[in-house]
Amino acid sequence: MTITISHLLVVSIVLLASGLYCVITRKNAVALLMGIELILNAANLNLVAFSRFVTGDIDGQVFALFGILLAAAETVVALAIVLQVFRAFDTVDVDRTDKLRG
Amino acid sequence: MKVPLLSAMVFWAFAILAMASAVFVAFSRNIVHAAFALLGCFFGVAGLYLFLSADFVGIIQVMVYVGGVLILFLFAVMLTGKIRNPEKSNPSRAIPGGLVTMLVTLGLFGYLAFTTPWQVLPTVPTGPTTSQIGDALLGPYILPFEVASVLLLAALLGGVLLAGGVRGRSRLTGNEQDEAPRDSGGNT
Repeated sequence: MTITISHLLVVSIVLLASGLYCVITRKNAVALLMGIELILNAANLNLVAFSRFVTGDIDGQVFALFGILLAAAETVVALAIVLQVFRAFDTVDVDRTDKLRG
Repeated sequence: MKVPLLSAMVFWAFAILAMASAVFVAFSRNIVHAAFALLGCFFGVAGLYLFLSADFVGIIQVMVYVGGVLILFLFAVMLTGKIRNPEKSNPSRAIPGGLVTMLVTLGLFGYLAFTTPWQVLPTVPTGPTTSQIGDALLGPYILPFEVASVLLLAALLGGVLLAGGVRGRSRLTGNEQDEAPRDSGGNT
């Protein structure tokens, strides 16, 4: 069998669905960020797959590189914020961090 | 006929690694296991990049995600966990809504992926891409490239300031004695 773009899209759909489930159901803020990483990986995989199978040029891969970069920057800041939330609330449960002024 | 079979086997190996790890991240009750499953997912996606002859993106994926992001996640899990009972360290809520969203996403996008008539190329390009990416980054994408470097600097400073905490800031400014950050002594 030859691998077509639909097979690649199936992988990225599974990654997207798992990430969405993670973001919706998790209470731990770190696990929630893991779901966001899954969604970003699905988007990057789509970009690279379309750049190979549909357009045939390099633009999709450059966009995927920028996506990886943005994901790394987002993770750094988000995890630093989670660390501060843990210092302030002694928990990272997103259901219990509901006070603006403690 | 042997080469397509081999390539399909390579594809499915990486695809199943990525998909199984992603589902494990979504459903695991142990957050340390979820963090390590994320490693498998990142490696699977990197293998798929290599399969798509996007060699540079694949290497960058391994370096940035596995070498950087995943280490950060593991540090965050260890620092914020207070993991007394690892089996229950990753609680969930609203499971029915999450499952419905997951199944609707899978069904709808899966239907679209297989029924849309994609305008695919007759022959797919292969070969190394690093020099083309370098040309693109210093040619038409020079402005996003430079903005990205400023963004990385901002993220670096923001991460240091936020994670450094109150004590580090008062030492920098020499202002009034701020409250020292609470030591999380209970995470042994």
